[in-house]
Formats: sequence, C-alpha cells, structure tokens
Amino acid sequence: MRHRAAILLALLAAFLIAFPAFAGPYVLSVATLILYFAYVGQAWNVMMGFAGQLSLGHALYVGIGGYTAGALFFHFGLGPWAGLWIAMAMCVLFGLVIGFLAFRFGISGVYFALLTIAFAEFTRIGFDHLDWTGGPGGMFLKVAQRDTWDLANFRGPPLMYYYTILFLAAAALGLCWLLLKSKAGYYWQAIRENEEAAQALGINTFRWKMLAVAISAAMTSIAGVFFAFYYNNLFPEQVFNISRSIEIILGPIIGGIGTLFGPILGAVVLTLLSDGITEALAALGWEIPGIKQVFYGVVLLAVIMFLPHGIWPTLARRLGIR
Amino acid sequence: MALLEAKGIGKSFRGLRAVHDASFEIAEGTINALIGPNGAGKTTIFNMIAGVFAPDSGSIVFDGKPIHGLRPDEICKAGIGRTFQIVKPFAGLTVLENVTVGGFLRERTTAGAQRVAMKVLERLNLGAKAHLPASSLTLPDRKRLEVARALATRPKLLLLDEVMAGLRPTECDQIVEVFRDLNRAEGTTILLIEHVMRAVMALAQHVGVLHHGEVIARGAPQEIVRHPAVLECYLGEDTEL
Repeated sequence: MRHRAAILLALLAAFLIAFPAFAGPYVLSVATLILYFAYVGQAWNVMMGFAGQLSLGHALYVGIGGYTAGALFFHFGLGPWAGLWIAMAMCVLFGLVIGFLAFRFGISGVYFALLTIAFAEFTRIGFDHLDWTGGPGGMFLKVAQRDTWDLANFRGPPLMYYYTILFLAAAALGLCWLLLKSKAGYYWQAIRENEEAAQALGINTFRWKMLAVAISAAMTSIAGVFFAFYYNNLFPEQVFNISRSIEIILGPIIGGIGTLFGPILGAVVLTLLSDGITEALAALGWEIPGIKQVFYGVVLLAVIMFLPHGIWPTLARRLGIR
Repeated sequence: MALLEAKGIGKSFRGLRAVHDASFEIAEGTINALIGPNGAGKTTIFNMIAGVFAPDSGSIVFDGKPIHGLRPDEICKAGIGRTFQIVKPFAGLTVLENVTVGGFLRERTTAGAQRVAMKVLERLNLGAKAHLPASSLTLPDRKRLEVARALATRPKLLLLDEVMAGLRPTECDQIVEVFRDLNRAEGTTILLIEHVMRAVMALAQHVGVLHHGEVIARGAPQEIVRHPAVLECYLGEDTEL
C-alpha cells in the first residue's frame, strides 16, 4: 500500500520534471496555473481541511503578499527573495488579527467565514485608495527581459516560473504531510471534529487555531509573491475579489477537503475542465454568452452530488493506496 | 490529604440557584459517585470541576492547587480527565487516532502518543478496533472510547459523566469491571455522576447526594440507601437495589 503510493508519487514527480520538454508555451502556462492552484489549495487546506476553519477570503493573503513584495520591488528595487519575508510577515499579521478577533470572541463556522470575506473586501477597498500601489489603476512591475534565468530578481522565461511553482507545490505537499502526522495535525483534526472534546483533552484550542491561520497565511503569501512576479501586474479588483477566493477553495473541495492530494487533483481537474470547455466550445463554434459558466457549474454540481467527499478519497481507494 | 476539595461552591444561572454552598472532598485512590434527581445540580458541579464555567463562589482545590476558573484544557493539564454524557468522538478519525490526541498531552512524539493510546485501548478491550473509524463504533464502544481518550491524558482524577446511561445491564457490568480494574491496578481516582444506581452500588466507595443544589447526604453506598432524606427525595421508600 505504502510502496504503491510512493511509486505513483515518484512517477508523478518524474513526469512533472520532464514535462516542459514536450510541452508548448500554451500547455506550459496551463501547467503553471494548475500547480499554482495546487499550491494555494494546499495552503487553504491547512486551515479548513486540517483545522476546520472556513476561510472565504484567502485572496486577502495572495493580495497582501503580492502587493507587499511587488511594491518593495517597484519602489525600492528590493528583490522578491528579501521582499518575500516581509510579505509573509504582513500576511501572518493580518491572519493573526482576524484569528484573534474571531477565536477570542467565539466567532466560528459561517460567521468566521463572513469575517474573512469582510477583511478581504476592506482590504480591496483600502488598496483602491492607496496611491502608493497605484490605486484602482494597478501596479505594474518592470520586465527587463524574459530570456535568461535571473533568479535574484525572479525574472526570466516561463520555464523558470514553471519549475519554481513545481518546487513550491512539492514543498507544500511535503510540509502538509509532515504537519498531518505530527502533534499539530492530530490537534487540528481534533478541533475540526469536535472543539469541546478537543479542549477537554488539554488542547489550547485558541493557540492551535491561531497557528493554523498563521501557517496558512504564510504559505499563501508566497503564492502572492509568485503571482505578482509571474503576471507583473496587480489590480485591487482583480486580486482581492471574492471570486479569487472562491477559485482558491474550489480545487480542494472538488479534490477532497482535508486530504493531501485533494488540492492537487482538484487543481488539475478544474483547470483542465475550464480550459477544456473553452476549447470545446470554440471548436463547436458555440458563442452563447455565459455558456462556459453553465457547463462549469453543471460539472461542479455533479462532482459534489456524486462524490461529496471529493474525488481523491474515491480515486485513492480505486488505486489501492488507501 | 484530599486529592480534590470543593469548599462552599455555588452557581446561579440568571438568578436560578443551581448549586448552593456545596462542599465535598475526594480522597486519592477512591471511587466516588455523585447522585441525585434531575435538576439537582450534578452536571453543574461536574462542569465547574471540568472548567466549563467557573463557580460564582467557593473554591475547588486539586492536588494542592486552586483550579476554579481555569479553562477546560488547563484543568486537563492539571490532571483531571473527563468524559461527555453525550459522547463526542472525533468521528472522522480512527479509534487509535482519537485516543492518540489524548496521548499527546504528556508525550512529545507521535510514536510515543500512539504507544500510550494503544496501551489504553488494550486495557479497555478496544485494541482490536484500533484502526476502525470512530464513526463505526456502537454506543457501548463509543462510551469506552470517551474513557480511553480521557485516560490517554494520564489523569490523576477521572470524571465520568453518566457513562452508563443508555447501556444494557450486561454492558454496564462490563464497564463497571473496567473501572474497578483501573482503580485497583493504577490507583486512578474516579468521580462518577450517575443515574444508574446499579452501577453506583457496584462501584462507588463514597457517595454524595445532591438535592436542589445542596449536598444532603454523604457516606458509603449502604448508608446512603438507608438515609431517610435520600429515600424521601430521590430513591423512594421501596427502591430495590
């Protein structure tokens, strides 16, 4: 069982490392997007999947992370490797403030989710009025060149971004695996399943929930920095929008909340589905406004109806690794 | 010296006096029961000890340290384990994982916590079911799981909240045997809040009777069942035991 999982994982890793050799620019950009969603999905999953705290405002951390590192680069020429730490600190700070307000005053469940939306929205409006980052007109990062790997300034060809996000997604998977089988993983799952019973077993639930938020926010901030330097432009409307937060959580939900491979599988399925529907509709020549969203919605509905725990738990059983 | 000593504890809910000036002590290594009719204040006393809420007045001293007003997790760290009357298993986890959560209180590593958990499960005859999902257990097994989880935190005092409720007489006798064995072999002090007199009589060495929030009688089970005030308010004149 274990061996089988290890072999499959090694095959997947080999495939992903070799992937750019036989992928064109378009396919590579789709793969980069998939890995990006796998990564942020994994980060969100720490909070919701492990500790049971529903965040519907994770775009906040992508945005704060991206804007912080982006603005430091834009204004002071500070490279993303230094900016990353400041971005991370900012996101952890935001996360801890939200967590403190919620957990200290007993806000949980959907009310906690509302609080996370509110913070993302406040921040969006705040950035709309922040001239330092370009306000609603956005912030654009200079692209000096796209030919050579300039890792120090994180400037280079699409291949560099692909391997970076591949490394991040793999690291996130490894980190989550470690977390899940450590004391933190056990304590988070206990809190998720029944907070009162968890507390009765000596768990300081406030502290462990705060830790889950901090780790999730820190991981997501890195995605934000990646986002800023990959797309090179940031608009408050675009990064903080609630639809961005929903996009982040769909992967893990479809793939399987609380599982290690759910976020990865969900990212693959959703991105391929979205792009596949676009391609298919274009090939068919159907140009009805909104039809893509209708198809997308129907497929999501079907997955949630027939596989309420996500695709991964069922697939894992079929593969015989569970 | 008493392991747990409650002195004049009281609690009111919106003016309704649930517990008034209750005092009792629990000696180390003994099995104690708190009985009384519905609404007598048993659960309120239980919750004050377990840290669910603090008493309005009085003090609770455990192991030489005051514990009234501490949070439930601090109470557990101090050495008091509890079960819930309405069982609260971590349904998405396996039996072993459930108990391992408790094991982490005094063990740093996952392997250590699992070792503690496995030992407790075997003591409670749940070893064979260690890898089943907790949601698949029957009610008697879920009650055992509650106890196992609490025991994995290695408590000096085990609080049992109506752990026999809903069990058939034979199941009840089995779990009584488990507690007696636990008390004998490891010296765990037990306080049970119980409606099932059969279990109380079989298990407890000391019994306290609550009525309208006050302790009206204390003593050995045989004395309690003959105590006039207890007969009048709770057991009734011709209770068969």
